[in-house]
Amino acid sequence: MATSADAKADVLARIRAANHGATALPAAASHWTQIPRAYKSAAALTTDLRLNLLVDRLRDYDAEVDCITRDQVPSTISNVLAARGYPTMLMPPCFPADLLPAADLIATDNHFTSAELDHFNGILTEATLAIAETGTIVLQNVPGQGRRAATLVPDFHLCIVNAEDVVETVPEAVRRLGRSAHLPTTFISGPSATADIEMTRIKGVHGPRFLHVLLVTSAVRSSSV
Amino acid sequence: MEALLRVSLFITCYNDTLFPESGQAVVRVLERLGHSVDFPAGQTCCGQMHYNTGYQQDAMPLLPRFIEQFRDAEAVVVPSSSCVAMMREHYPSMAERLQQSGNHPGIIEEVEALLPRVWEFSAFLTERLGLTDVGAYYPHRVTYHASCHGLRSLNLGDGPHSLLRAVRGIDLVPLDHVEQCCGFGGTFAVKNADVSSAMLAEKTTAVLNTGAEVCTACDNSCLMHIAGALHRQRTGVRTVHLAQILAGEEGQ
Amino acid sequence: MSSLTTIGSSSGPRLTPLDPRTASAFPIAAHAAVGNTQLRKNVRHATEVIQTKRARVVGEMPDWQALREAGKRIREHTMQHLDAYLLQFEENCTRAGGQVHWARDAEEARQIVVRLALQGSADSSTKEVIKIKSMTTEEIQLNHALQAAGVTPYETDLAELIIQLGHDQPSHIVVPALHKNRQQIRDIFIREMNLPDLGESPHDLADAARRFLREKFLRVQTAISGANFLIADTGGVCVVESEGNGRMCLTLPQTLITIAGIDKVLPRYQDLEVLLQTLPRSATGERMNPYNSIWTGVHPADGPRTFHVVLMDNGRSDVLADKEARQTLNCIRCGACQNACPVYRQTGGHAYGSVYAGPIGAILTPQLQKMEHGESLPYASSLCGACYEVCPVKINIPEVLIHLRNRVVERKTAGLGFLTSPEAIAMKTMSYIFQSESRFRAAQRLGRMAESPLTHKDGSGERWISWLPGIAGGWTQVRDLRSMPKQSFREWFEQRDQQRGTHGN
Repeated sequence: MATSADAKADVLARIRAANHGATALPAAASHWTQIPRAYKSAAALTTDLRLNLLVDRLRDYDAEVDCITRDQVPSTISNVLAARGYPTMLMPPCFPADLLPAADLIATDNHFTSAELDHFNGILTEATLAIAETGTIVLQNVPGQGRRAATLVPDFHLCIVNAEDVVETVPEAVRRLGRSAHLPTTFISGPSATADIEMTRIKGVHGPRFLHVLLVTSAVRSSSV
Repeated sequence: MEALLRVSLFITCYNDTLFPESGQAVVRVLERLGHSVDFPAGQTCCGQMHYNTGYQQDAMPLLPRFIEQFRDAEAVVVPSSSCVAMMREHYPSMAERLQQSGNHPGIIEEVEALLPRVWEFSAFLTERLGLTDVGAYYPHRVTYHASCHGLRSLNLGDGPHSLLRAVRGIDLVPLDHVEQCCGFGGTFAVKNADVSSAMLAEKTTAVLNTGAEVCTACDNSCLMHIAGALHRQRTGVRTVHLAQILAGEEGQ
Repeated sequence: MSSLTTIGSSSGPRLTPLDPRTASAFPIAAHAAVGNTQLRKNVRHATEVIQTKRARVVGEMPDWQALREAGKRIREHTMQHLDAYLLQFEENCTRAGGQVHWARDAEEARQIVVRLALQGSADSSTKEVIKIKSMTTEEIQLNHALQAAGVTPYETDLAELIIQLGHDQPSHIVVPALHKNRQQIRDIFIREMNLPDLGESPHDLADAARRFLREKFLRVQTAISGANFLIADTGGVCVVESEGNGRMCLTLPQTLITIAGIDKVLPRYQDLEVLLQTLPRSATGERMNPYNSIWTGVHPADGPRTFHVVLMDNGRSDVLADKEARQTLNCIRCGACQNACPVYRQTGGHAYGSVYAGPIGAILTPQLQKMEHGESLPYASSLCGACYEVCPVKINIPEVLIHLRNRVVERKTAGLGFLTSPEAIAMKTMSYIFQSESRFRAAQRLGRMAESPLTHKDGSGERWISWLPGIAGGWTQVRDLRSMPKQSFREWFEQRDQQRGTHGN
């Protein structure tokens, strides 16, 4: 049987024949910079409008949103968990202690197996950034956000987003993320959903069915609460 | 006032053969506006049917023929959006191939020079002449079908509608799903008769729902298709080319 | 819950795999589809809903055309430098702990994936894989190969699960089960999941799928995925999805096997800023789909410990070699052209005889196969251009269709081949007529005479034709044809000039 090396050589040879020759990265790089990018790639809104847009878009996806200040985070977490009947909660290692409620309500993810993760009802994380225009939260595997499986298996995701991490557009987000592109990265836009049956949108299939975002600002904002 | 033009009419093969009344209406409208019309007699076909069905070799000789007939025209007016789309979209690459073959030196430049002077009839009125009111009278309930090539290739946009809105006496009613193809597609209608018929059924239903007496368009090929079903079903609804509405006058 | 060891094994109607080499020609398959009332209702409903959603979220983007143009240019640029970017992807992915494999064709890709799947489940008693929806795996009929090797594949996308349990075939790139309504899906689930009391609301059905699959997500240790994008400058892979089944497959198992066409590469991470805007809005009419996953090789203590990427050609380099048709490879599989296509909306996907249906299928399928397979597909279009209008990377599908029609004709009429094709003879004759004014005039006169026996007078006194012979009979199935007028336009014009005694005015 032919080896993969043969296959690689053959496939590359066919591509090069089709393109009338081999290409090299430096030439490709200079050609790449000439691609016209006339689309919007910078923020146009004020901070307030940007945050309002994020809140609107999150709610449009049926996510719950609270706009609070940083010192309100611990009590808000307590209230949210109480309102949900104290689900068994998980958080990634190195979660900022000053954000946690005093009561010991949340376990730390400790290399649990998938089956063990399945016994938790909820997960608490921070976020790398959020995109207002699309209502998207982006998580990466860093302290406070943790590994991907932990934000997937439990049915409820409580996510803290700092207002200064909210960008307006997708290009702003992608350019920021480029610096840490090697990290496992998950874009989350509302609860998991499907429209596979008669195009009826159903919230919650395999991922968390409930997403609750705490948008943390330096001062209480009245406009969108 | 716009200078009066000498307009060369490219009637297209199927209008010439099957729909002379549309060509007559084009002449009437243009002459009423004060322009003169000539008809280069050597003209035949733009090559669309051949080209779009895959017989590009057989379409090739029709390009030099078109150039020969119209190279000196001040403006070429064509009452068929699909034929104009054929020329705009494919004549440049056909010219390249002809020039490469060595038998037609300079044809690329000739096509480049001529195409900007080729106008679909409604676009000639709205864009070249800047008109919407051409002094027409047509006391009927009318709905307009936006032929795909006019809509998407030529971007006629609101042009044909603006001409219709200015017609005195007209009762213009919008057509639901106006952007939807009628299912003609040239040889598609016979090669895929079942699907074409299903598409046509949706179109005729939309036309009948308007309660219009007349369905119009900028392309008689779509209208021939739509009329075929409207007639088969004895609906009593007629189809007429846009030019025939714009040619309408009081007391006719 | 039933304990299925081989999924989709029980009785029920079975649709053979969509294979362009054995499929009926489009007009024949479409004839049956057009006669299927339920299918047409389901397809029309689904495409209308997606189209409406898409129009809304595209309409709110003032820079949409700029994004389309950038997307097209990025994809064109990628194809021009495909060898360099594939090598760069391989190098970066390998450095990050991934293992890259190359496959010339479907057979080679199947062999690689099956071997890796067997390795992945070597130390478990049951050989199973969980799968993310992937048109590439459908293209190579991977599930058949896995089953033949004793590996049970579980489709985890809801639509693909419906297809798998229903012994059905996908009919749409993004919404593969859009041809099934809730009652039909319920019947399948009742039968295959052994849930006699299942309700029929979409919520009940999705919930049944959630429970059915959760156990598999937690247990099965090998996953197979496709890829939306391979990112050359980072070696990362991006998968875009809605349900979370993708994230389950990408993160819970120990082994992940990703199979991707060589066309899936993107030059840089930054290019996602364009395609992550245009893909979701075009595909599902959402501003962003619920989940995008991007990973790079193997990450310590996060996700699979073994990660393979299979880069598959399977005809794509042949597409690349065709100057006029290579833009087909720019496709990002959003399915917008399918939803916009009036032909697809009448027939659904199966009539195309390929997992790639609709306008993109009509150009992709014949190119991935030898041209004699699927050569009716380039004709499965009225060339209305709705596909081109919605394409987020501006593939001029009508232009490619016409080009492929030309390739079909060239193949059929090579040498004296045209003598066996009535159509080719008719076209040659017409061209000959159009090359001379006098021949054209004679043909017009002849046509009037020839058709006269077929005409009849209607109530208004006009003459019409209601029956035509041969291939033209397709026209008179449901349409009449007005008879030719007594006088052509040119005859009228010349007569008018003569009456005026001058030429012109």
